[in-house]
This record gives sequence, C-alpha cells and structure tokens, in this order.
Amino acid sequence: MDFSLSEEQQILADSIERWLAADYDFEARRSFSVRPAGFAEENWQRLAEFGLLGLNVPATHGGLEGSAADIFIVMRAFGRALVLEPYLSTAVVGASLIGSAGTLDQKQSILPGIVTGSRRIALAALEPGARFDFHDVRTTARRRGEGYVIDGKKAVVLHGDSADTLIVSARTSGASTDENGLSLFLIDSAAAGVGVRGFPSIDGQRSAEIGLTSVEVAREAVVGELDAGFAVLESAVERGLAALCAEALGAMEALMDLTAEYLRTRKQFGQPIGRFQALQHRVADVLIAIEQARSVALLAAAKVDDPDPREQRKAIAAAKAMSGRCGRYVGQQAVQLHGGMGMSDELAVGHYFKRLNCIDLTWGDAAHHLERYSDLMC
Amino acid sequence: MDLRESTQDREFREQVRVFVEGALPGDIRGRVLDFKRLEREDYVRWQRILYEQGWGAPGWPSDHGGTGWNALQRVVFEEECFRAGAPRQMPFGLSMLGPVLIAFGSPAQRQRFLPGILTMDEWWCQGYSEPGAGSDLAALSTRAQRQADTYVINGQKMWTSFAHWADWIFCLVRTRSEGKPQDGISFLLVDMRTPGVSVKPIRTLDQGSDICQVFFDDVVVPAKNLVGQENQGWAIAKYLLGHERTNMAGVGMCKRLLSRLEHFARSERKRGKPLMEDIRFRDRLAKLEIDLLSHEWSLLRLTSLERSGNAIGPEASILKIRGSEIQQELAALLMECAGPYAIPYVAQALEPGYTGETAGGDHLNALAAQYFDLRKVSIYGGTSEVQKNIIAKSHLGF
Repeated sequence: MDFSLSEEQQILADSIERWLAADYDFEARRSFSVRPAGFAEENWQRLAEFGLLGLNVPATHGGLEGSAADIFIVMRAFGRALVLEPYLSTAVVGASLIGSAGTLDQKQSILPGIVTGSRRIALAALEPGARFDFHDVRTTARRRGEGYVIDGKKAVVLHGDSADTLIVSARTSGASTDENGLSLFLIDSAAAGVGVRGFPSIDGQRSAEIGLTSVEVAREAVVGELDAGFAVLESAVERGLAALCAEALGAMEALMDLTAEYLRTRKQFGQPIGRFQALQHRVADVLIAIEQARSVALLAAAKVDDPDPREQRKAIAAAKAMSGRCGRYVGQQAVQLHGGMGMSDELAVGHYFKRLNCIDLTWGDAAHHLERYSDLMC
Repeated sequence: MDLRESTQDREFREQVRVFVEGALPGDIRGRVLDFKRLEREDYVRWQRILYEQGWGAPGWPSDHGGTGWNALQRVVFEEECFRAGAPRQMPFGLSMLGPVLIAFGSPAQRQRFLPGILTMDEWWCQGYSEPGAGSDLAALSTRAQRQADTYVINGQKMWTSFAHWADWIFCLVRTRSEGKPQDGISFLLVDMRTPGVSVKPIRTLDQGSDICQVFFDDVVVPAKNLVGQENQGWAIAKYLLGHERTNMAGVGMCKRLLSRLEHFARSERKRGKPLMEDIRFRDRLAKLEIDLLSHEWSLLRLTSLERSGNAIGPEASILKIRGSEIQQELAALLMECAGPYAIPYVAQALEPGYTGETAGGDHLNALAAQYFDLRKVSIYGGTSEVQKNIIAKSHLGF
C-alpha cells in the first residue's frame, strides 16, 4: 500500500489546485452559483479540457480511464474550493454506470459526449417518500409495442435541471420495495412528458423534482438487464458515495484552515483566541474528526473496486456514515469557533458547513449508512 | 497512491499468522482471551519463543538483534500477535530502553543490557511519574547526587508498571536544581536489588496490582549507569516519546476486544435471542466497528508515511486518543453483554489455579473488571487532554 501521490497524480493535483486558486475563489464561486444553471458553463469546458470529465471513461471511448484514487484526488480538491459543477452526477456516477452496464451503442453515443463536455447526466432514482432507499420505487415502466411507457415522480435529482440525459429507475415488475424488478432507462430530459422543476439547494447547488407522464422510450433506452437494474444502480451510487467522502474531506480540511487562521488573528481579552485551552481542545476534536474522515475517504477509494461485494458495501457504508458524522461535526464546530462571524453569509465558513450537511444528506445520511452497515453484519 | 495491499505485505501477514498461531502456548492464549491475569513467567515464555524465532525485537535494527522490519511490518506483527491471543510484548525494555540505548548508550551499556532485554532475562520497568510529577513530568524531584564514581538516589516513583516483577528500572532523576527544570534531569539505570530500593504495589479498580510505588532511600548506583550526558535526560525522554509513537494506537487490542465482543454478542441472549439480533445493540456495535475501521486506516496511512521517511507529528497524539476511546467504548459494550452479571465480581477467579465459584459463570466474571481497568489507557502515556494540547498547539502554531 502506498498513500503518497505518484508523479502523474501529483501533476493532476497541482493542475487542479492551480486552476481553482486562479479562477475559483470564494467570490467567484458566489457569482457562478447565481447563474441559471447554478454553475458556470466555462468551468465545465475547462474540466473537459483538463480531461477530468473523462476520468471515469474507458480509453476506448476517449477517456483517461483513471483509478478510484484519481477520483479521490479530484473530488478532494473540489471539496476544498466548494466546486459547483455537476461533476459527481455526470463524470462519476453517470459515466461509470453507462461504462459498466451500457450497451456498445449506448457507450458510443454517450461517453464521448461526457468526455468533451457536451453531455450532462443526472441520476433520477430516488422518489418522494422513499428517503434514501433506491429500491423503494413506484415509478412504472409498462411495455408498449417494442418500447416502454414511464410514469412516476423523482425527488431531489441533483443538477436535474441542467442535465440533458436522465438515468431513471422504474419498476418493470415486483412490489414497490423489491430490489428485483427495477430497470434503468436513459431518457432525454427534453422528451415529451418529462417535467423538470429546478430548485436552489441550501448549499448553493441545484436539484430538480422530475415528473414523468406517459414518457415513451424505445427498448434501446434500457441500461443493463431488464428487472436487474438495482445492482447496476447500487454499484454506480457506491462510486458516487466514495467520491462524496473525498469531497467532504476536502471541505473539512479547507474549513479547518479558515478556522485556524481566524483563531490566530481574532483577539479577545488581549490575546488571540486560539490561545485559550477551551478553544484549543475544540480544535483538537475537529482535527481528530478530520483524521477519521480522511481515513474513511481513503478506505472508500480503496474498496470501491473490491471484487467481494459484501466487503465493498460494508466499506462504503462505513465510510459514508463516518464521513457524514464528521462533516457535520466539523462544520458545527467551525461555526462555533468563529463566534458571531460564523453565522454570517459573507464568510465562506457557513457555506462549507452547508455543503458538508448536504453531502451527508446525499444518497444516504450517517444514520442510513450505519443501518446498512449494521444489517450487513448479520 | 496505490491503495491495494501488496503481495509482499499479504505474504508477510500470512507468515506471521502461521507462526504465531502455531507457537503460542494454548494455556497462555486461553487466559489472555478470557481476560485472566498472566504470571510473570507467561510473558517471559512468550518472549523467549519470539526470540528463538528471531523476532524478539520487532522494532530494533538487525545489527542489534532486531528484525529490521519496516513500520508496516511491525504493525502487522503486533496485530497478528493480538489476534492470536498472545500476551503483549512488554514495552519497557523493547520499545523504550532498547531504542534509547541504541541512540544514546555507550557500547558497554549496549553490550551489557540489550541481550537481556531481547531474552527477557532481565525485566525492565520505567521510573518516570512521581507523586508531584504526572502530566508535568519535568517537575520530578527524585534526586541523584553525584559522589565520586556513584550517584546516590533519594525519592519516590509512582504508577510504575510491573516494578514488583522488575530486575531493573530506568529512571529520570534530578541532578541539578538550578535553571529550567528540564535542564536538570538525567537518565539512570538502577538494579532493583540495590539496597534502599523498595516496591509497594498499588491496588487498582479491578483489584489487580500491576502498578507500583518505588522508593529510593540512599540508593547507590555506579556512575557508569548514566545514559548519555548528565542533565541530558529530558532530551532522551523526548526521544523516547517520539520513538515509535504510532504504537500507541492500540489497534491490536481494539481488534481483540471487538472479536471478543462479537463472540459475546452471539453467546449472550436477550428475550431469547442473541444480543446480536437486537437492533439497538447491533447499531452500537456497528458504530464501534466503523470507528475502529477508520482508526485502523489512520494507522495504515501514518505508518506508510513514516516508512517513506516522513516524520509523524501530532497525528501520533490523534492515534493515542482514538485508540484509547475505542478501547474504552468496546470495553463498555463488552461489560454490557454481561448485563446484571457485571455486578458480582470474584477477583480471585482471574488468578491462575482458581477453582471456586463465580456468580454468572467464569466467562462473564472478568468483563466489568476489564472495563474498569481500561479507563487507564486515556491516562497513561500522556492523558488525552495533554495529547489535545499537543495537537492544537502544533496546528495553530502557539
């Protein structure tokens, strides 16, 4: 095992950091966030130029075919800068789902577009009332002629209003909470019957509520085996979860840097407040939490490709549970250590805090993944 | 960054596992896994077995009789020993004095003392804390007065683990009262059989007495037993603290506790079903397993950094704190497995050869004692609060 960056990885990390330092400071981010899409198209094109959008795409389809460790490096850097662009949905989850389960036609028609930045994907899988259960699906896909007709609702689809392609889970058989009987469909977000209502998220990103009313799709829109979409979906989401753990780590590290600087410079009672032991111990607790978050982000990156599915699921559940818990804790403490200033929208602190909470709430919070882990112990 | 276990690492683990499982005497293993007390001879017997295998000193360089293993190999070795139910290798000679003699000792001292540490022919203990010097170690007042080619020691050491079994003690003593307290401390080796040395065991919460008070009453020690220079003791103490700090992580012990906990969660029942099937209990166990998993990966990462030549700083304090907390939480849950049978306690049942009765059965008798005893881990070797001072100050630069 080797935790230090290889030469190529160091170059990757440096080039991302340089770009973010130059073009993505906190004020720039604020201006990107209020654009209609919730991010900046020019940044998306930069990501394409760097090749980063193809990091999860096989070389045969024009991608860089990177490792989970590479994704870790990218997402950690994005977490540090609170990057808004829908990298997770398109380049991590979308690319890996289609790359692993798509037909040759699907790969050829979609993956090159991901790499060049011309196609964006959103995962429309969770539903109102289903909380974090990907198997709790009421959306139906009924056979009509050679194709399917899809009806249902999808909830909190991350960046759903800026994606042109949706990956939709729908029931082709089974009861509403069965894992079997789910199928995945590729749906054009401009197709007739697809209603997309976008909303701002509390962390400055965007999500959408999506209605599907008699949406007609061809047989070729099915990704993977019919009725066996759950495993494909779960495996792509696991990649997303590992990536989120890395993003959370980056956000926590940056937040701690801001907080340490504040404790060194803010004076009360005639001295920097960081000299007070009560605050020092809070800082130590935060650093301990970040160390846990760092370990599990690495654990997730290491195990996301584990051939033993039980081992893989346990590791990812453990990582997301721990990362979520630590992220919230670190955010709360950072606000507290900033005193009144921590409550101000003007500072970046609160924005990191909000993003960390949203990461926790994405695709299963700490309680959800603890439950998953606990069930896997039996 | 390559996050896969290498073939070499896997083979090494396998090699250690096969040897340890085969060589560990069954009676020792049984007592260790049942949280019973070991006798002095048990520790010596196991150390001898490792010594014969060439693994007596995992942390020493090979030209001093060590294995020359890298940091990761040492972690794997320790974990495998704990896993199998081996007694821990006593750290006082192997991890503390040995490295100090290798770094600061004279050739004569190394030649005289290192072999006895390796074979455990000589049992060492550590004379650091005093009644008035705990976290503030530099406040120590045990005096060593130079007289011709001897030192004469007067004073008292406290919380000295296994002093009642020790042949030798290495001590921090005050050799100068003027100036900064840190600048008047020396590092001395004392034969426990020297006239004037007396030992009084301290009874602890579990009714054990592994820790002692050690009294020095005009104890005469040859000056050749001084390690390093006179008044250089603080630098040596700091070196010792910095040496192999990752071994404070306690991952081996955590894993052993977890494995015992899983055992009891299956054997003990609630409302007719194993505790493991009680979701409320299992969720707590799950949280601890996750805590331990992340702690283990911290150790792996830091060990790997150490191996590639990076100095480990305050991260070692993080390992110490987390290792302590996890051990203590595991022990608490372990005690809860016994339910009301954590109340009755027959301390003698932990001793070898006990044939009498216990209330809830022998297997449950030791669980509460283990919980109470492990409260020590967040106190010894620098309390969690002192560790937090170190972490915060190093990060904030104060």
